[in-house]
Amino acid sequence: MSQVNAVSLTEKEYLLPGNRLCPGCALSLAYRHILKALDGRAIITVPASCLTVLHGMYPVTSVTVPCVNTPFASVAASAAGLVAGLKAVGRTDLTVVAVAGDGGTHDIGIQALSGAAERHDDFIYICYDNEGYMNTGNQRSGSSPLGAISGTTPILGKRQHQKDIVAIMEAHAVPYVATANASYPLDLYQKVRKAMSMVGLRFIHVYSPCPPGWGFPFSATIRIGELAVQTGWNVLYEVENGVFQLTAGSESVARKGNPTHVREFLTAQGRFSNVTEETVQELQDWVTAKWQRYLERARSS
Amino acid sequence: MTETNTAGREPPDQMLDGNRAAAIGAKLCRVQVVAAYPITPQTPVTEALSEFVERRELPAQYITVESEHSALAVCSSASLVGARTFTATSSHGLAYMHEMLHWVAGTRLPVVLACVNRAIGAPWNVLNDQQDSISQRDTGWIQMYARNNQEILDSMIQAYKIAEKTYLPVMVCYDGYILSHTEMPVEVPSQDAVDRYLPPYRPHTVLDPGNPKNYNLVTLANPRANAEGVLCHGYMEIRYLLQEALQKSRETISAAGQEFGELFGRSYAKLLWEHRMQDAEIAIVTMGSLALEAVVAADALRKQGAKAGVLGLRVFRPFPGRDIAEALRRCRLVVVFDKNVSYGNEGATCNEIKAALYGSGASAAVSNFIVGLGGRDVKARDLADAVKGALSSLERGALSNECAQWICEI
Ligand SMILES: Cc1ncc(C[n+]2csc(CCOP(=O)(O)OP(=O)(O)O)c2C)c(N)n1
Ligand code: SF4
Repeated sequence: MSQVNAVSLTEKEYLLPGNRLCPGCALSLAYRHILKALDGRAIITVPASCLTVLHGMYPVTSVTVPCVNTPFASVAASAAGLVAGLKAVGRTDLTVVAVAGDGGTHDIGIQALSGAAERHDDFIYICYDNEGYMNTGNQRSGSSPLGAISGTTPILGKRQHQKDIVAIMEAHAVPYVATANASYPLDLYQKVRKAMSMVGLRFIHVYSPCPPGWGFPFSATIRIGELAVQTGWNVLYEVENGVFQLTAGSESVARKGNPTHVREFLTAQGRFSNVTEETVQELQDWVTAKWQRYLERARSS
Repeated sequence: MTETNTAGREPPDQMLDGNRAAAIGAKLCRVQVVAAYPITPQTPVTEALSEFVERRELPAQYITVESEHSALAVCSSASLVGARTFTATSSHGLAYMHEMLHWVAGTRLPVVLACVNRAIGAPWNVLNDQQDSISQRDTGWIQMYARNNQEILDSMIQAYKIAEKTYLPVMVCYDGYILSHTEMPVEVPSQDAVDRYLPPYRPHTVLDPGNPKNYNLVTLANPRANAEGVLCHGYMEIRYLLQEALQKSRETISAAGQEFGELFGRSYAKLLWEHRMQDAEIAIVTMGSLALEAVVAADALRKQGAKAGVLGLRVFRPFPGRDIAEALRRCRLVVVFDKNVSYGNEGATCNEIKAALYGSGASAAVSNFIVGLGGRDVKARDLADAVKGALSSLERGALSNECAQWICEI
């Protein structure tokens, strides 16, 4: 597949200017490139989330692709229904795409997602991960990191580590899992294109910084996303039919040497303002161990 | 009961249990997407349909979902791209679908669901009552209740006709075990005849990149202008239209039942069933298979000199209140048997019947009995005895309208 660059990227926009997300929201950027990659040949399904907000308020929407909003727990089942319905009426030219937040994926939606993956339902599932329930005003989710302050972990911060949803999906033996990051839109674009060319359940995890939820300035979104990758907090890779490969920023980090200390990532955000030195160390150890595992895999595959 | 089959051939009656009748009904309707999750006593429906699909007798997509919530989400989205969809459940499964039931009705999708009525825990109980579907009565679905297996099959076929005309989902309810697992002779119409009755599903809009639309966006309470400056409905207008559609669906249900009668010889022109109601002074009102038990009770009461009749509800939503008031106008006593309770009040059917009678000119005293919960056996004699009890209270001037009596040991 030829690599797309800023010049060759399609100018066609499927996300119109002006939507209701917060300024600086990484989701706007990620979704714009997801839709560009899908190039108008998709039907989208969306559960309750900030993405619902992006889709607008009836009777106006900023999105020019067909979409059905569905209850929180049901997005993967909704996608399965779209696939089945299209097959039943004989339409074979469209890709079905479910797009949900980390709450809708790691927590309430995991049952339907796991079911669809196990059945090999033929759609792309994209989880944009802002590490919290942001639409309801920033509460802890299964993806919130240890130490992060949120509406339901207001003082002590979250007491547990994140759930590794990508590993969970990989364990379902789906043909394609990939991680992406809104700060690396061309890598994201490429991964959506690749997923489109495949059959079965394809899972893409998109790291998506959230200025108000994480407590950083609206202008810092791209930098925060990059810091996540440079510190090894967020690792960009793909597993295609079992073959693992680091990509984009993570591939560069691996080539250039060690990731930077997580402290750089943590101190750039308000949500970690209460973490103790021990927690910083615990987070660093956690990230290092994870990074080593990825490096191992990259070397051995 | 059966007249000529206009398809020319007269298919012989088959011995079918209620679940088989529902599954055959769905198949005859050429459903295109089936998604269901097993629960007692519905399970044989999901099994029969998978068998039809695997044998290629039914060219449908069968999605073996991991939960009822997902089953209805699959049907909902499949319906949005133009497929005719079917699901079936019972009890906890229906309760688990509650959120999606609202969404399917709110999206105005003609999904059909077979609800095999079963009690809800706690404590666990797999036997029959109607608490499950009654608990879902305010979700915007049409609810039909079948008395026997022939009615299950016939209602399935009518359900798609009604759903696709009104853009309302339809729940066909039938009593677990009493009907679902009991075989009865059922006349199965020919595929030709059903095809003539039921045209393919033609959705008014489908999700399509050629004309991208966004379904079920966040909607404000008040009307709001679109990009062209045209004022569009607010949430409240959309909900009003759902209510209006339910209210108007009475005519569609009658017309579908009448047309069914013309083609298949079994007419369902009314939303009610009546048995010896013309001169009845005492009416027994109930729905589902209990209505047949009530017929036996009414006939027995007649033999004993009481002018009793039966009013059975075939359709509970939309509620046929005006027809009920009319049918009960000359009665002095109405005895309602409910296999459900609206906790803190009385049986749901009774409650609604009282409301229908209010201001209608009817002067009947109304007595409510809660019966048969969790599969507690209800015999015709129990019904007759309860009616006699209510009658003697009425004659003593001691009939209390206030609370339902439970036919149980405490
Ligand atoms: C059954 C149910 N429970 C709770 C909610 C309330 N709710 C709406 S969005 C949301 C959080 C969404 O979080 P996530 O999926 O991470 O997406 P984000 O808002 O962060 O984009 C919650 C809890 C709901 N809509 N439905
Ligand atoms: S709360 Fe966060 S994720 Fe939601 S729109 Fe605002 S910036 Fe984006």
